[in-house]
Amino acid sequence: MMVRRARVLILWAGCIAFAAFIVARAHYITDLSAFLPANPTPVQQLLVDQLRDGPATRLILIALEQGDAAARARVSAAMAGQLRKDPRFSSVNNGEAVAGQRDREFLFQHRYLLSEAVTAERFSASGLNAAMKETIDNLSSPAGLLFKTLLPRDPTGELLNIVDQLARAPSPQSRDGVWVSADATRALAVAQTAASGSDSDAQSEAIAAIRTAFATAAGDSRQGPNKGVQLRLSGPAVFAVAARAKIERAAVRLAIASSILVVALLLIVYRSLPALGLGLLPVTTGALVGVASVALGFGAVHGITLGFGITLIGESVDYSIYFFIQSRHVRNAAADRSWQQLWWPTVRLGMLASVCGFASLLPSGFPGLKQLGLYSISGLIAAALVTRFVLPALLPGDFAIRDVTPFGARVAARLQGVRRIGRAAIVLWSVALVMLAIVVLYHDRATLWNRELSALSPVSIEEQNYDAKLRADLGAADVRDLVIVSGPDQESILRSAERAAHALQGLVDDKTIGGFESPANYLPSMATQEIRRSSLPSASELSANLKQALDGLPLRADRLQPFLEDIEATRHAALVTSRDLAGTSLNAGFDALVLHRRDQWSALLPLRSAAAGGPIDMARVVAALKDAKLEDAQVLDLKQESDALYAGYLSEAIRFSLAGFLALTVLLLIALRSPLRVARVLAPLVLAVLAVATGLAIAGVQLTILHLVGMLLIVAVGSNYALFFDRQAHAEDGGSEALTLASLVIANASTVIGFGLLSFSQVPVLVALGTTVAPGAFLALLFAAIGAPAANAHAQHS
Amino acid sequence: MRLPLIVLCLMGALCGTVASGAPPPPFSDLNEVMGLLAMRQHGRVEFIEQHFLKVLNHPVESSGELRYDAPDRLEKRTIKPRAETLVLTGGVLTVERAHNKRVMDLHAYPQVQPFVESIRATLAGDRSALERLFHLEFTGSVARWTLTLIPVESKVKQSVAQVRIDGVRDQLLKVEIRQPDGDRSLMTLRPSTLP
Repeated sequence: MMVRRARVLILWAGCIAFAAFIVARAHYITDLSAFLPANPTPVQQLLVDQLRDGPATRLILIALEQGDAAARARVSAAMAGQLRKDPRFSSVNNGEAVAGQRDREFLFQHRYLLSEAVTAERFSASGLNAAMKETIDNLSSPAGLLFKTLLPRDPTGELLNIVDQLARAPSPQSRDGVWVSADATRALAVAQTAASGSDSDAQSEAIAAIRTAFATAAGDSRQGPNKGVQLRLSGPAVFAVAARAKIERAAVRLAIASSILVVALLLIVYRSLPALGLGLLPVTTGALVGVASVALGFGAVHGITLGFGITLIGESVDYSIYFFIQSRHVRNAAADRSWQQLWWPTVRLGMLASVCGFASLLPSGFPGLKQLGLYSISGLIAAALVTRFVLPALLPGDFAIRDVTPFGARVAARLQGVRRIGRAAIVLWSVALVMLAIVVLYHDRATLWNRELSALSPVSIEEQNYDAKLRADLGAADVRDLVIVSGPDQESILRSAERAAHALQGLVDDKTIGGFESPANYLPSMATQEIRRSSLPSASELSANLKQALDGLPLRADRLQPFLEDIEATRHAALVTSRDLAGTSLNAGFDALVLHRRDQWSALLPLRSAAAGGPIDMARVVAALKDAKLEDAQVLDLKQESDALYAGYLSEAIRFSLAGFLALTVLLLIALRSPLRVARVLAPLVLAVLAVATGLAIAGVQLTILHLVGMLLIVAVGSNYALFFDRQAHAEDGGSEALTLASLVIANASTVIGFGLLSFSQVPVLVALGTTVAPGAFLALLFAAIGAPAANAHAQHS
Repeated sequence: MRLPLIVLCLMGALCGTVASGAPPPPFSDLNEVMGLLAMRQHGRVEFIEQHFLKVLNHPVESSGELRYDAPDRLEKRTIKPRAETLVLTGGVLTVERAHNKRVMDLHAYPQVQPFVESIRATLAGDRSALERLFHLEFTGSVARWTLTLIPVESKVKQSVAQVRIDGVRDQLLKVEIRQPDGDRSLMTLRPSTLP
């Protein structure tokens, strides 16, 4: 016996050590990917790339509010000046005219390769004549006069062409030299981080840098020239960082609070510190093993999986409660059989029932759910095994907890009162509940489930609206609609982007879309540049053409010598590559629109709607691209795609959950060998789930995937309750009903406390879980108790 | 990065638009002219503008209409050789040309602002606004005056050497802008005959 005990403990310690080792070395990820598909289709992959590293994820929108307009402008300028020097930002734009010099030099130097107007005809005698005539006309207008000094080098006005090319995107309004909102009550700026949007640590640092820059620029907010100016940030990275902090804070706070409450509860019940310590062993072992299994099974653990670790407390604390309290019965009765023999089979069956429920999460395409499934299964098995083998081995000889029989007896007496209403009444009430559920759920069937990914978002509606307002003011595409072309290298995608741009320009002209961006606007493909370069005439030819072209124009040929030289230089110069963009503000624009993953390159062409914020007729975009024979171009509506993805997960999860329920039924049929008993075990669980779903629907709450997980938990936890009542009724030694009831009520209280606390969190996913499981677990116990075959148990008791 | 370029465009533009002042002291006369100008609430004149540029063999010419509404709205509609509308209201300049429309805030470009301000402040009869940006020289009399404006700031001097405005009582006749490189523009104004 001693040897066996030692073996068990050594094995357990070894497992703990191994799990701890894995957990310590595991890789933890906190990005969005828990919500993204594990094995994406190509379109989904594009979506994933966008949500993770897309240009939108790197933008931080900065708004300055309150104070007076001049103060906001001063703070904006000072902040932007500081942030531009910060390598964590690839660009900072607040409407100020800066960084122009390097850009102008770049554009001017490469004007004959970058201008769309460059063709062979343009440098023929007639083409030159027309181009120069226009340039001279321009001299009498503001736009042209600026280029006056450039005229000897650029008589065809290519620089102006390029400027117009790049100026197609609308700019926000300016006041006092900086961008402002439409009502001029806010100064606006946009910072693009150097790090990708999925690097939440870097994003968090960038956000902190902006806040510091603001604090420095604004000075004292109560006095001084900039008093009252407030900073407000928005954008995906800001939301992600805030959400992470919120979830972490909530998880930590709730874990502490629920631990304290559960510990307090257990202390009150046990009146024994050793019991408390031992009682927590199954939970901690379960959590450790759960995380270790996920780390081993998936290679990395999602932060959110850990966040849900609290769910495990619900069931695994129960195991030790059952063990301690029910062991008492064994001792009281001086039975010749141990808890292991008497009760373990029931706990084991309950555990297996829960495993059936959680196993339905395993095949999900949603990595967050998959991990949660594995975590719960392995954690529960570990907790149950610790309860079965380790706790008895560790139990000190003089171990005693308070006798809870009187408490159980009081509960039993109450229960008798309720049961007295009679079987028929119970059935009637159950049928009424089911009918109500059917009516309510059927009535709300269209809106019952929220199929939008944003349902899981911890970003409040108010914050989302504010973000939309800033974007509208900035004229910034919210990068919702994209055309994406992919290829094996940068050149191929730039070529495709140029062809797509050609097709899209038609849509701009007929006002289907308001405009679009393309990386090829910043850097044309080599092929296009090569065509332009080879269209430049030789020095002698150009000289002859020019002479002819100048006929009748007020320009003198001898003044245009620099033009001839520049053309000749370009003819022998190298083509422009992405390296040449370095140091210009064009680089940020280009970088944001080009994605490079492994061997796959993608060019993004974000579309702007014709009316600000209006919808885009994507069917026409698709048709235009098809007409242009751009079959490989993908059109992506990010919101629609991500919602479709989530809706897919949701339907899948609902199907798998039903399958899990079926598996549970089969398991019970095998174990209990009686359809009636199985029905009696399942009925309270089904009723509890229906009651909770109906309650949520009546309260106007739309169900999300987390509510579904909550329902699985109701079934998982509730199946234990129902099985104990079943055992009470059918086992040869049912044991004291008072003790069984006491253990169940206390276990239930700990579950309701743990999940009830979640309901008070600010994080929607946690609230969803809490508001489902806390009432659900309570109702499951209540229904199981009321509906239990009391007569049998009673007979046995007497 | 497109903005600085546009700014420069506008700078050029404004060089063209801007009025110029004339010579020296009878400051009581200057005050009287300013007073007369300040009383005018609206103005509408035709303009012919000539740009004398070294790079060209002969001047280029444009024409159109200039409208003013007190105190700070100025519109320059060029009709020939190509249509272009330039509107200044409350320090914000809107340039519309062919299908392009650009809006810019002159506060952002201190080097541009004085040009606009010279003509706007003259039309508004706002002497103190003029003096914030220019040295003023007034010559002649109320009946026939010349106001010469010389930029105070060296940054501005790099693109404009002098603005000279000729006028009769509360009417502007000529606005000449001289640039440091010797190029200049001359805007001649006369009552509008346009519909």
